[in-house]
Amino acid sequence: MNNIIIYIETEGGKIADVSLELLTKGRVLAQKLSCGLEALLIGSNVSNLVPELYQYGASKVHLAEDASLEHYLTLPYSAIALDLFAKEQPQIVLFGATSVGRDLAPRVSSALKSGLTADCTSLEIGDHKEAKSGKEYKDLLYQIRPAFGGNIIATIINPDCRPQMATVREGVMKKEELSTPVEGSINTIDVKSILKPEDFIVEILERHIEERKIDIKGSSVIVAGGFGVGSKENFNLLYDLANVLGAQVGASRAAVDAGFAEPARQIGQTGVTVRPKLYIAVGISGQIQHTAGMDQSAMIISINSDPNAPIHQLADYSIVGDLNEIIPRMIKSYKLNSK
Amino acid sequence: MNKNFKIVVLAKQVPDTRNVGKNAMKEDGTVNRAALPAIFNPEDMNALEQALRIKDKYPGSEVLLLTMGPPRAAEIIREGYYRGADGGVLLTDRKFAGADTLATSYALSMAIKKINPDIIIAGRQAIDGDTAQVGPQVAEKLSLPQITYAEDVISVEDGKITVKRRLERGVETVKSPIPVVITVHATAPDCRPRNAKQLMRFKHAKTQTEEMDNEHNSYLPIHSLESLRIPEWGVADVGGDEIQYGLSGSPTKVKKIENIVFQAKESKRLTSSFEDIDMLMSELISSHTIG
Repeated sequence: MNNIIIYIETEGGKIADVSLELLTKGRVLAQKLSCGLEALLIGSNVSNLVPELYQYGASKVHLAEDASLEHYLTLPYSAIALDLFAKEQPQIVLFGATSVGRDLAPRVSSALKSGLTADCTSLEIGDHKEAKSGKEYKDLLYQIRPAFGGNIIATIINPDCRPQMATVREGVMKKEELSTPVEGSINTIDVKSILKPEDFIVEILERHIEERKIDIKGSSVIVAGGFGVGSKENFNLLYDLANVLGAQVGASRAAVDAGFAEPARQIGQTGVTVRPKLYIAVGISGQIQHTAGMDQSAMIISINSDPNAPIHQLADYSIVGDLNEIIPRMIKSYKLNSK
Repeated sequence: MNKNFKIVVLAKQVPDTRNVGKNAMKEDGTVNRAALPAIFNPEDMNALEQALRIKDKYPGSEVLLLTMGPPRAAEIIREGYYRGADGGVLLTDRKFAGADTLATSYALSMAIKKINPDIIIAGRQAIDGDTAQVGPQVAEKLSLPQITYAEDVISVEDGKITVKRRLERGVETVKSPIPVVITVHATAPDCRPRNAKQLMRFKHAKTQTEEMDNEHNSYLPIHSLESLRIPEWGVADVGGDEIQYGLSGSPTKVKKIENIVFQAKESKRLTSSFEDIDMLMSELISSHTIG
């Protein structure tokens, strides 16, 4: 009772990284609260994954296995979660901020009339005193997240309702397995007694892998390349950096005309206009045709080997040098600092 | 079989947080919220387009906007009219103030019960909070199935709706009976532009509050035409349990707000050494610009 439960997401017979990251974080929270850390695993043929959950510190795995649960469906999955939470009364439940977690968690929170905070970037335990009533709360979950388009950081609490629920994006928390797994146990959930035929009114007709359309406008961080990047191969470095930062790759007209990038990525007068939080201009000279489409970015970093390139005048930070050295260093530094 | 559908589009008026350019910064580097324009939440526009496409296919259908907010959010209803919607309701009441996603969902669900639609379509999330919670919570409050991350409503036939969903690594096509709550992803088609005739006809559509504000403003036409009146609903109109509205219906509380301070505008020149780059990256991470 009153433990922490992590919802375990699986994809293609494997546990999602975000779930293992949440278990790693859950260990720290459980130690502070002197409570247990447990996992909820729902699916078909997933019991072979249980030892990996022990390896990450779950001392009890609530296992709901049935052929009808092979793919995620809102209604049966939330029915199982709600049944379990009613019995176990967890104080904290964490979900990955994936398309599954962000579908399931709000449905569950609404049914429990309990609070939920989306896309937390940090989770801590702390106390709270209600300013008006003077009422004191011990050991609440501080759910810390950016809001307002990332322009503020808010700490959200859930003083009176349980469980306290939050979703966290993949890659935000660090993933670390234990050197020796915990000795865990399985609680087998009686799926048949919970699920009703009406839980299956939504049916999946088809699922397949399909590449997403390029959407640079919607991205809060853009790594853009110009003619100075030199080749299509060198553009791969920009993709590497963008992948690490969760950014999109943009390009100047000259880079698109040279065939380094697809036309959908073109930024500038003849492309799209963007105003991201961070714009990293690589090998872009800074002609008005390009800058007209990006000069309202909140922060601009320019990377160019030419110290006199006009783009440096526009930039908040300018780095003069070879992109083949600079970008790998940025990736290395990000990986060192972000966890 | 009924081929005409009553569709409610949930839309929110939001500050344009995407366009926090340098002119929206205060001197201390924090965002000047007052300088941000109030806009129709982008994914709610995608949702409106999906609703209008259903109406294109089944012309007897009715598309209604439902928005909750202060009196100025009536602009959302007018914008809906300009693009082809048939009407809308502004849900506004001081008792709704301070609502988190759960209390917001409760208010919206009570209004939806009163409208009694066949299909409810919303944007996946609003850009001021990015929570993506209101859609699923409205569905739960109405005991309806939900289809989130929708990219395309493929068909509505025999009381069932077929929808393509956009997930992290691919797409999924699902079929659900109606009524259903659908949330639409930004990868769905953009909304059609405003229609000039609709704009001329509905720019004078006003709520009663707006008409009263304008009464002593002699050069603005006063329209008492019933068809141009945007209804305003409060708690008294939608009923329900008062404790579940607004602040008292919100389990989450904001404990603390920190403003992100952006670097003042001055060009700093760095070398390509690892030390310089590492300093820059650490700064970007600690200011939450990245990561």
